[in-house]
Amino acid sequence: MTDTAPAVVGDRNEHGYRSFRLGEFTFDRDEYFAHVAWPSGKDVLSIDAFLRALQRDVAWGFFYGVVNFDAVIGTVNHYGEVDLFAGSFNESYRGAGLDYVERFPHEDIHAAFQAILDDWTIEGFDPFAAPEETGSPWGDKQGSNTKAVTRRRVTAKRMVGVPGDEVPRSDATGHPVNRMFADVPQDEPDVEPEPGFEEEVCGFNLFAYLSRSDVTWNPSVVSVCEDSLYCPTTEEFILPIIHGNDRVEWFVQLSDQIEWVVADKETNALRARVTMKAGDVAAMPADIRHQGFSPKRSMLLVWENGSAALPRMIAEGRAPTYPVDF
Amino acid sequence: MTTYATRFGSLVDYEKGGVEIIDDDPRHYTFSNMFEVASGAVAWEKIAVAKNQEYVLEVIRAEGVSGWRSAAHDEFALVMDGTVVVELRSLTEPVVPAGTRGSIALAEQPDGRPMGRVVARRGHMALLPANAAHRFRADEPSVILLQTIAGADTVYRWSEICQTD
Repeated sequence: MTDTAPAVVGDRNEHGYRSFRLGEFTFDRDEYFAHVAWPSGKDVLSIDAFLRALQRDVAWGFFYGVVNFDAVIGTVNHYGEVDLFAGSFNESYRGAGLDYVERFPHEDIHAAFQAILDDWTIEGFDPFAAPEETGSPWGDKQGSNTKAVTRRRVTAKRMVGVPGDEVPRSDATGHPVNRMFADVPQDEPDVEPEPGFEEEVCGFNLFAYLSRSDVTWNPSVVSVCEDSLYCPTTEEFILPIIHGNDRVEWFVQLSDQIEWVVADKETNALRARVTMKAGDVAAMPADIRHQGFSPKRSMLLVWENGSAALPRMIAEGRAPTYPVDF
Repeated sequence: MTTYATRFGSLVDYEKGGVEIIDDDPRHYTFSNMFEVASGAVAWEKIAVAKNQEYVLEVIRAEGVSGWRSAAHDEFALVMDGTVVVELRSLTEPVVPAGTRGSIALAEQPDGRPMGRVVARRGHMALLPANAAHRFRADEPSVILLQTIAGADTVYRWSEICQTD
């Protein structure tokens, strides 16, 4: 495992941005692109796409499994350690022997990615926002947007709205109703506890809560039943990463519609397209990668099993890559 | 300026998407629609629409008054259509046998204290606390999505509810 701490490389370039090195990987940006290089190759990504992907990877703590930034680079979460790879999930790269990977302690790669995100995100651009709701990422370095790129991820311990847990969103918490959810009812349930049961008799309006989300494609935990985690999110435009599962993941479409493109996790060969409408329920198997497209802002319930044992069980064949036999 | 209309589903008005297979088995996606499932359900059946190891999401057609149930773990009821009243009572002693997963049906109203109630409409989520008793009431056909653990009363109907080709 590489033990090189993240480092800033050199002075700011002619566009005002810092370059970064993490292990043998280097990261540079110019007005339009992120340039990533490693000993056996290089990649170039549009800076808006790169920052949106980087933002999710940082915010999710590298999530469950593989986070592909594009068809070449990405990360694999080993829960405590993280692989940064190039070509590892690309059949051509692997076939040519050009794939490359380094493993880092979680905190090192997280610190490096957070530093890149903070330096390369300019004033007015919010990588969490839908394109229609934010400014331009292009051009020379001009200011920053640290507040946007360091948002706290909501993780309820029991349920949003339970006393002492995460609070429902409101105007007062700085969460106005999104322009695409202006028609979503904002009434709260009638919660009528008898004296002494205020911490047990609880409810909240999940749809109103989601209508006030200020981020896209960012699952946050709202209820917890042991390892069963409800991680709803609001989606608009394109999922900025291609998620490669290390466990079965479930989607429940709460509102509107999302199209999913599903490809093989290892080779990227297309396997299916899934159209989900309000009320639809579907599993994403543990051996695929998927990317979603949401024309209108929609509400998606991502349901995860957070068990730490699952990835090894699936990798060793002790658990199937799909959820049920029938 | 575009005026946006948010599309939710209901028992009487839903559209179902689907899986377009390129090179895979559609059954691996376990694709269903909860309103379609609830439309064909008997009231208060707990039909699994999602399963991840021991954990399940159950669709319940809520209509009339349910029996009392209890679980040794928290459950969460999300109302996806209609209005559901959640009534809660404490238990004077635990009723769920040790090691039991999921909820169990109680033979009669428990003799603990009333804890209160939650009147939940579409989009509202209610906590069903561990080691308490709950029952539902719905004056009109409604739909609950329940986050829970598979139990003896969980109904599996995958081949009937899921896309197979």
